[in-house]
Amino acid sequence: MQKKLILDSDLLDITVSRLCQQLIENHNDFSDTVIMGMQPRGIHLAELIHQKLESGIKKEIPLGYLDATFHRDDFRRREIPAKGNETRIPFVIEGKKVVLVDDVLFTGRSIRAALDAMISFGRPAKVELLVLIDRKYNRDLPIAADYVGKVVNTLPAHRVLVELQAQGHKQNKIWLTYKD
Amino acid sequence: MSKLSQKHLLGIKDITREDIELIFETADNFKDVINRPIKKVPSLRDITIANIFFENSTRTRLSFELAERRLSADVINFAASNSSVKKGETLLDTVNNILAMKVDMVVMRHASPGAPHFLAKHISANIINAGDGTHEHPTQALLDAFSIREKIGGVSGKKIAIIGDILHSRVALSNIFALQKLGAKIMVCGPPTLLPKFIGQLGVKVELDVTRALEWCDVANVLRIQLERQQIKYFPSLREYSLYYGITKKMLDNLKKPIIVMHPGPINRGVELSSDAADSQHSIILDQVENGVAIRMAVLYLLAGATS
Repeated sequence: MQKKLILDSDLLDITVSRLCQQLIENHNDFSDTVIMGMQPRGIHLAELIHQKLESGIKKEIPLGYLDATFHRDDFRRREIPAKGNETRIPFVIEGKKVVLVDDVLFTGRSIRAALDAMISFGRPAKVELLVLIDRKYNRDLPIAADYVGKVVNTLPAHRVLVELQAQGHKQNKIWLTYKD
Repeated sequence: MSKLSQKHLLGIKDITREDIELIFETADNFKDVINRPIKKVPSLRDITIANIFFENSTRTRLSFELAERRLSADVINFAASNSSVKKGETLLDTVNNILAMKVDMVVMRHASPGAPHFLAKHISANIINAGDGTHEHPTQALLDAFSIREKIGGVSGKKIAIIGDILHSRVALSNIFALQKLGAKIMVCGPPTLLPKFIGQLGVKVELDVTRALEWCDVANVLRIQLERQQIKYFPSLREYSLYYGITKKMLDNLKKPIIVMHPGPINRGVELSSDAADSQHSIILDQVENGVAIRMAVLYLLAGATS
């Protein structure tokens, strides 16, 4: 098993700060914007960004969690059924600008499921996608992110490992791993 | 592992505590889904489910059908009363004919105990037992335990009394298995003629006095007198039964402690439960019905997903 560090703690901090600046550029005072973290692994990044944004613009921004498990297209195509997670959307998304946040963009299928799941709650005015790691050359669907932390060239056999302090790790570190 | 240990849900006796907990966790998610503006998810969109009911049912059949539709499955309904069963077709032939039309899952209620177990030996589709005679009714027990967990935060260590016609009740047997697996203490209470002779061997307390049972328990699960299954007289009259074993709001209020009253339905108001007790703040009967859909969605989702 080979392991290569893509982002360390300092770099991640700079990257997240940049993503927040880009969000502020496009959303001004966030009066119509909500942040939506994707379960299970996008929520920690969403919390990180949400925290930074709120302290940056000194204003409360709605934060929700979206679980797309029951909207996935690989049901009955995997060994065991995927387990659901909590969806918590304590606001109305009808007419809002939604920033969907996930850690890694790979095939795009989770995002497709998430868009499908989100429509169950109303019709957003606009949906944007923010990802920390964009795995280039691996998309199965025509889906692209609006805000990207880092683009990584990967093969399907590679895995991106996101270790965040919020998940109980010692330091924030993002790895690229692959078997020899 | 988020996978059930069984391919079918024939009875609570066959599944493990881990299975029950997995079903509860999944049902939590589905309870959230059915409270959304759009109550439907596409998980089971390529699955066809046959609801085969050889015995009457309102709640269970509607609840299963709603659960199936909310998971986007295709549903066919079959009631034995207006079918070729009347012309002498056997159970296996009937089901095989339905399966020949490419049906993936079967939800069956049958008057004979063991009918779904018999089917499971002969067909490959997933089978969910929706009640087999006086034997088991697993989804009812799951939704009962789920409702208790939701209302008082857990099942383990809680005292639950099952009161009424234990002898003819599949709900009682499934409840005993489910609640015991989750660590609850169980008491059964009813007239001696309606208690199975060796029920004590299941590790449950037996009580003949309903007031003492209510004083003991945190949750009272009240069962209906199943007159349709009683070929002989087990007690002199319904009026007398109601006098000795009927539960009224006054009895519940006099306990001076919180108590939860459940009933799997249909209620015979004024027999096992008075109207004011059924509609009192102690009762969670309608919560049980709501949870029934979420529990059945969880069972369908977990069984359908594991077949690939």
